[in-house]
Amino acid sequence: MFSADLFANAVVSGLLLGGFYAAVAIGLAIVFGQLDIVNIAHPAFIIAGSYTAYIFNSTFGFDPVLVGVAAMPVFFAVGVAIYRIYYAAFERTGQESLSGLAFFFGLMFIIEVSLILVYGVDYRLVSAGYATGALSIGFVDLPGRMLVPFLVALALTGLIWLYLSRTFMGRAIQAVAQDRGALQLMGADPIRIKQWAFGIGIATAAVAGALLIIIGPVEPSVGRQYIGRAFAIVVLGGMGSIQGMLIAALLLGVVENMVATFYGPSWAPAVSFGILLLTLAFRPAGLFGR
Amino acid sequence: MRGWGFPAACAAVVVAGLAFTELADNPYYFNAAYVILQALIMAVAWNILGGFTGYVNFGSAAFFAVGAYTSIALLKAAAVPLPLLILAAALVCGLIGLGVGYLTLRLKGVYFAIATLAMGIVLETLINNWSYVGGAKGTAILTPDKHLWFDSYSEMLFMVMLLLALGSVAVSRTLSSSRLGRGLAAIRDDEVAAECSGVPTLRLKLVSTTVMGAMMGAAGAPYPYFVSYVDPLSAFNLFIAVNSIAMPMIGGTAHWAGPVVGALLVGSAQEVITVTISSELNVLLVGIMLVLFITLAPQGIVGLVRKHWKKRA
Amino acid sequence: MKLVRVSIALATAAFAGLAGAAEPIKIGFSMALTGALAGAGKGALIAMEIWRDDVNKKGGLLGRQVEFVYYDDATQPAKVPPIYTKLLNVDKVDLVVSSYGTNEIVPAMPIVMRSKMVFPSLFGLAANEEFKYDRYFQIMPAGPEPKLDWSRGFFELAAQQKPKPQTVAIVAADAEFALNAAAGARENAKKMGFKIVYDKTYPPATTDFTPIVRAIQATGPDIVYVGSYPPDSVGMVKAANEVGLKAKMFGGGMVGLQFAAIQKNLGPLLNNVVNYDFWVPEPTLNFPGVKEFLAKYQEAAKGKGVDPLGHYLPPFAYAYMQILGDAVQATKSLDQAKIADYFRKNTHDTVVGKVQFGKNGEWATSRVLMVQFRDVQPDNLEQFAGPGKRVVVYPKAWKSGDPVFPYKQ
Repeated sequence: MFSADLFANAVVSGLLLGGFYAAVAIGLAIVFGQLDIVNIAHPAFIIAGSYTAYIFNSTFGFDPVLVGVAAMPVFFAVGVAIYRIYYAAFERTGQESLSGLAFFFGLMFIIEVSLILVYGVDYRLVSAGYATGALSIGFVDLPGRMLVPFLVALALTGLIWLYLSRTFMGRAIQAVAQDRGALQLMGADPIRIKQWAFGIGIATAAVAGALLIIIGPVEPSVGRQYIGRAFAIVVLGGMGSIQGMLIAALLLGVVENMVATFYGPSWAPAVSFGILLLTLAFRPAGLFGR
Repeated sequence: MRGWGFPAACAAVVVAGLAFTELADNPYYFNAAYVILQALIMAVAWNILGGFTGYVNFGSAAFFAVGAYTSIALLKAAAVPLPLLILAAALVCGLIGLGVGYLTLRLKGVYFAIATLAMGIVLETLINNWSYVGGAKGTAILTPDKHLWFDSYSEMLFMVMLLLALGSVAVSRTLSSSRLGRGLAAIRDDEVAAECSGVPTLRLKLVSTTVMGAMMGAAGAPYPYFVSYVDPLSAFNLFIAVNSIAMPMIGGTAHWAGPVVGALLVGSAQEVITVTISSELNVLLVGIMLVLFITLAPQGIVGLVRKHWKKRA
Repeated sequence: MKLVRVSIALATAAFAGLAGAAEPIKIGFSMALTGALAGAGKGALIAMEIWRDDVNKKGGLLGRQVEFVYYDDATQPAKVPPIYTKLLNVDKVDLVVSSYGTNEIVPAMPIVMRSKMVFPSLFGLAANEEFKYDRYFQIMPAGPEPKLDWSRGFFELAAQQKPKPQTVAIVAADAEFALNAAAGARENAKKMGFKIVYDKTYPPATTDFTPIVRAIQATGPDIVYVGSYPPDSVGMVKAANEVGLKAKMFGGGMVGLQFAAIQKNLGPLLNNVVNYDFWVPEPTLNFPGVKEFLAKYQEAAKGKGVDPLGHYLPPFAYAYMQILGDAVQATKSLDQAKIADYFRKNTHDTVVGKVQFGKNGEWATSRVLMVQFRDVQPDNLEQFAGPGKRVVVYPKAWKSGDPVFPYKQ
C-alpha cells in the first residue's frame, strides 16, 4: 500500500493540518507557555470565534477569516477583563495552580452552555469560495479548505513571533515570563504586561475559530477535542517558544496523517498523545525546550 | 467526632440506608441516590490527590471507565459476582494509579495535569479498539435476576454504593488526620521543603495516587449493571471529570468533609434540575457555581463554615 | 333529527372535555435536549408535541387529554435509568416511549421491561438484540435484520450495475451506529461476492479526512461504503471531492446528509452520492398526512435551532406516537398487554406510511431507502423541500428514478 504519491500527500496534508493546529495552540503558547496560566477554556474561546465567524458569514456574507481578524480587538478586551478577575482572585493570593485551573474549567462550561442556549447544538457551517475545490501540483493536492487556514495560521504565527521578538511590549512579555521580579525593579508593571499578553492570547482564538469553521462543521462542544492537542503542542514545543510550538504543531499533524494513511486512522489520537506522554516522562522540557 | 463518633455515624448511615431500602419501594430514589453516591466517591477520591497533595488529576473519567470496563471484561469471560468485580476494578485502577504516581517524579503542577488528560485519551483509544469488551460500539450488560434480600436490583446497587462511599470517606478521613495526611499537606504547601525535611514524598504520593485510582475504579465497577449499556463515549465522559473536580472545589479541598459536602450539594442539585427545569441549565449551574465559589470562597463551603465557627468561638 | 345528533355530539365532546380536564393521560419519556444528539432530540420533541396537540384538539385519548412528562437526558446514558424510574414510580405515567438513539434507548430497557410497559422506540439500531423484549416496537424502518438491512440496498444496487463492480472499501467512525452499519456492510459485501480491499475505522474527533480518502483511493475500490456521523459525513464528502475519489459508488450509511443545513452547505458536492434515508419528498412516498404534518413542523421549527425541513426524524417521531395513540383508542384501555397485542397484530396507518412490526419489534419488512442526490444547486435550502433532488433508487417498491452510475468518472 506504500507509494511515493501517498507518502507525499500524507506529509503535505499533515503539514496543512499542523498549520491549523498551530493557530489553535498559539494563544496557549503565550498564555500557558509564557504566563503559566492554565487556560483550559482556550478551545471554548475558539468555538466562540467560530460562532462569530458563522453569524457574520450567514447574515452578511462576510468572509470568515476577515470576520476573525476584525473580531480580534473584542476578544482582546474580553481576555484583558478575564485576566483582571483571574489576577484579583487567584494570582494575587497565590492560589493560581489549583483554583485557577478550576476557574477556567468552569469558564469553559459557561461559554459552551451559553452558546448552546442561544444557538442550539446544531452543526454550523460557513460558505466561502475557497472552501471547495483543491489546487493540484503534480500528484499532490492542496484542498482550499485546508490551504487557506494553513496560510492564515502561518501568517498569524509569524506576526506574533515578530511582535514578541521585535517590539518593546513583546520583549516585556517574554521578560515577564523569565523573571517577574527583575522587571518590577526596572519600573515596569508586570500585571499590565501580563494582561496585555493574555488579551493577545485570547484574540488569536477569534482567528483560530474562523479557521476551524472553514475546515468543518462546528457545534458548541467540539472545542473539547482540541484541549488535549493544544496543550500537547505547547508542551512538546517547549513551553512558550513560538518556533518550537510551530514545529510541534506541524509534527503532530504529519504524524497523525501518516498514521491515518498507512496504519489506520483510529490509532491516530493514541499515537499523538502517546508521544506527549513519552515526552513528558523523558523530556519534560519538551522536544524543543530551552 | 473524636473516638467513636465517626464509626457510629457511619453505622447510623448504614442502618438508615437499610431502613430506607425496607421502607421506600420507589426505585427512583435509589437510582437518583446511586448517581449522587457515585459522584461522591469520585469527588472523595479526586480530593485524596488533588486536595491533599495539590496534584490535579484531569483523568478521573479514565479511572472510572477502566473500572467499568474491568467489570465488563470479567463479565464477558464468566459470571463473576459483584464484590469480586469491585475488587478487581479497584486492583486494576490502583495499579494504574501507582503508575501515575511515578509520573509525579518528573512532572509537577500543570505538566502532571496534562499527562493525566493525555493518559485518558490513550486509554479511551485502547478501549475503542478492543472489540472483546464491545469496542467503540459499546456493549449491553444484563442485570442479574438475583438481588439478595432486597426488593430490586437498584436497591441492592444503592446499598453497595452506599457502603463504597462510606468506605472511601473513612479512608479519606484516616488519611487526612494521620501522620500520612500531614505529610501530604506538606507536599501541597512546598514539595521541595517537605523532601528536605525528611518527608518521604514519593512514597506518600504513590500511596495517594494508588488509593485514588482504586476508589475511582471501585466507583466504576457497578456502572455497567446500573446503565446496562456501556460505550467508551459515555464511560469516558468529560462530565465525570468535571464533577469530580468541581465538587471538592465547591465543598472545600482542605478538609476530608469538603468533597462529601460538595458532592451531596451539587449532586442533588443536578438531580433536581434534571427532573425539574430539564435543560442545559444543569451544566451551566455547575460552571457558574464552580467559578463563583473559587473566586469568592476559595476554601469552599467547609472553609466558610469553619471560618464562621472560629469567629463565634 | 339532525339537530339532536349534533347536540349529542356536542354533549359528548363537552363531557370528554370535562373528563379530560379531570384526569389526563400521562405519557413519559426522556429526550436528548442537550448534548451531542440534542439537534435531533429537539426536533423529535417538536413533532411529538404536534401529535399531542392534534390528539387533544380531537378530544384526546379515551376522552382524556394527553399530557407529556419528559426530562432531558443530556445525551448521557447514565441519566436514563433514574429518569425512567422516576417516570414510572413517581410521576406514575400511563405510557412510556423512548428517547432518541440506541445509546439512550438501551439503558431504559431493563426498567421498562421490569414494569412490563409497551416501549415504542425512536431510532435505535438493533437495540432489542440482547433483550428480546416482546413489547419493544421500533419505528425506524431498518427491517427485521437491522444491521444487514441497513446496507443491503447499497450493495444490491452496486451488484445490478454493468459492468459489475468488483472491489469495495468500507470506512466507519469509531462509535456505535457507524460500526454496526460497517459490520452489516461487510457481511453484505461478502455475500454478494465483492472483494473488500480497505476496511478501517477512524476516531469521531477527526479534523482532516483527506488522508483517509487518499488511503482508500490508493487501494482502488470500485465502491466505497461510509458509516459516519454528521461532522465526519461533511468532512468525507468534501475530502472525496478534493482528492477526486474515483469510486463508481460512494455513500451508504452517512448520517447527516439527511439534514437540510448540511445539504445546503455541501450543495453540488453531493451530486450522485448514494446514501440511506427513510423519507424524502418524492411522489412515491407521499403518504396521507405527511405534508400537513411537515407544514406544521416547519412552522414550529422556526427559530428553534433544529432542522428547518424535518424530513428525517420528525415524521417518525410523530408516527410512533400515532401508533401508540391508535392502540389506546382501539383497545379502549391502558392495559399494556392489550396495547402490545394491538401493536403486534395490526398494520398501522401513519404519516410515514403503513407500518407493520415483526417478531423482534422491528419493521416486518425493511424500508431503508437508498437515495441519490441529483442536480443539486449551490447554497439553496428550498430546493430540498420538493422532489427531484433526492431520488429514491432502491427498493423497487418506492423507486422514483434510476441510479446514475458511476459516481465519478
